[in-house]
Amino acid sequence: MRSAYLDYQAGTPVLPEVFEAMRPFFTTDFGNPSSLHQRGLMAREALAQARQQVATAIHAEMPEDIIFTSCGTESANLAIKGVAYANQRRGNHIVVTQIEHPSVLNSVEFLEKQGFTCTRVPVDSQGLVDPEAVRAALTDKTILICVHHANHDIGTVEPIAEIGRIATEKGIPLFVDAVASGGWLPIDVQAMGANLLSLSPHRFHGPKGVGILYRSRRARLLGIQHGGVQENGRRAGTENVPAIVGAGLACEIATRELPVRTAHVARLQKKLWDGLRKNVPFIRLSGPEPGPGRLPTNLNISTEFIEGEGQLLRCDFNGISVASGSSCVSKSLKISHVLAAIGLDHALAQGNLILSLGKDNTDEEIDYMIETFPKIVSVLREMSPMWDAFQKGAVQSVLAPKPTPV
Amino acid sequence: MSESHSLYNSTVMDHFMNPKNVGDMEDADGVGEVGAAACGDIMKISLKIKDGRIEQARFKAFGCGSAIASSSMATELIKGRTIEEAMNFTNQEVVDALGGLPPVKIHCSVLAEEAIKAALEDYLKRHPEKAPQAGKA
Repeated sequence: MRSAYLDYQAGTPVLPEVFEAMRPFFTTDFGNPSSLHQRGLMAREALAQARQQVATAIHAEMPEDIIFTSCGTESANLAIKGVAYANQRRGNHIVVTQIEHPSVLNSVEFLEKQGFTCTRVPVDSQGLVDPEAVRAALTDKTILICVHHANHDIGTVEPIAEIGRIATEKGIPLFVDAVASGGWLPIDVQAMGANLLSLSPHRFHGPKGVGILYRSRRARLLGIQHGGVQENGRRAGTENVPAIVGAGLACEIATRELPVRTAHVARLQKKLWDGLRKNVPFIRLSGPEPGPGRLPTNLNISTEFIEGEGQLLRCDFNGISVASGSSCVSKSLKISHVLAAIGLDHALAQGNLILSLGKDNTDEEIDYMIETFPKIVSVLREMSPMWDAFQKGAVQSVLAPKPTPV
Repeated sequence: MSESHSLYNSTVMDHFMNPKNVGDMEDADGVGEVGAAACGDIMKISLKIKDGRIEQARFKAFGCGSAIASSSMATELIKGRTIEEAMNFTNQEVVDALGGLPPVKIHCSVLAEEAIKAALEDYLKRHPEKAPQAGKA
């Protein structure tokens, strides 16, 4: 049966060489890095090597700037709460964009209940934040700025370096959530002006169960999980040595292979969007057009007059794996806050699919999706009372008529 | 992946993939449409009623898998019922006939019940004399 995996943003397979590097740390080299004997020291060396690999990959000043956590969400929680608690005598104000990942927005919301305040800077219709709007949101009480490198939902690449310059000029730490971009866009924390940055290795062929937080010595940070002095006291708890070893190697390989991987997915991304917009009338792309302004892995499409979960289920039935931001798919029954923030019509937000590409995708998979999706759309539109009403001229299309193929 | 995994049970999936009674009726006796696209679901149910009984029911739906399956099952269940029986139709019948829905999807079955009742109300508005006797007491 033909198939297409178009959900690599949700996770990627661990590279065989990464898996091999991890394997001994589950079995023979099981030592705890806190132990002072040979097995412990061996595990400790493995952690140090992984820390060095990550530091090199993102151009950190020193390996000690790298903190290993359990996932991207934990990294965001530690960055935000850790900086907020460490600086609460200096101020209580945090600046974020409206379209950050829930791990960022919900951490900030938690802090608001404890007396911190927050400004959520809006974005434009493409999901782009204006650095001057970030500057305007700063007060003398601002202790942290959080702007993601690229949006997880609509792929918008934010002007981080400009925001970094503002943060540096004002002496306010900048936390960059790079979970969506890590492994797919070059990351240089010094060029970005980031004091904190998070990564999730399972997005780029490392294992799940490990997250990365870069923290420069210039940003004060208190640990939020208490216990032993692992990770310099900033993240208590026995280290997940096999996963950390895998994370380090995955970072090294991703950096080395980045130009090849990026060129491959960018070509398939353009091919997929060109094919879909040519074959499906009344479809739109949210976020910037494929190109330097957009993650090369992500397409966020809305197909008018039909709902997203039905599209997802019928894709799955045909062996095509996709994601959706429609409220029927989310456990909260709310549409994606990102689509709401860019002002997308709610009915279009309900017709949403997120397609994400990876290094292993083939032209054959893209052809299969381009061939299959229009049929799924037709079946669902035949069932849709909105499509019927549109055909009879009773309702208008929110989108412009079918775009002319380029 | 050797075996097949499913978000819904096989009855729900079957009614989603092969829905019964999809469509409109040129000569419907009652039509009900509930929900809104912005909220994620629209259900439209058309009824053909003869001699106080529902002879045919058809649906159109904008919605998720369980919304389409609920509409399909509801139209199957309602066929052959008297107006009075249909007025007492509940979403629980849809849920039971489908072999259960995930908790967050129960509202889809409620929408199917509401669409049927809206279609019956439309019919009774056109034919007030056909209202069940109990309703007049």
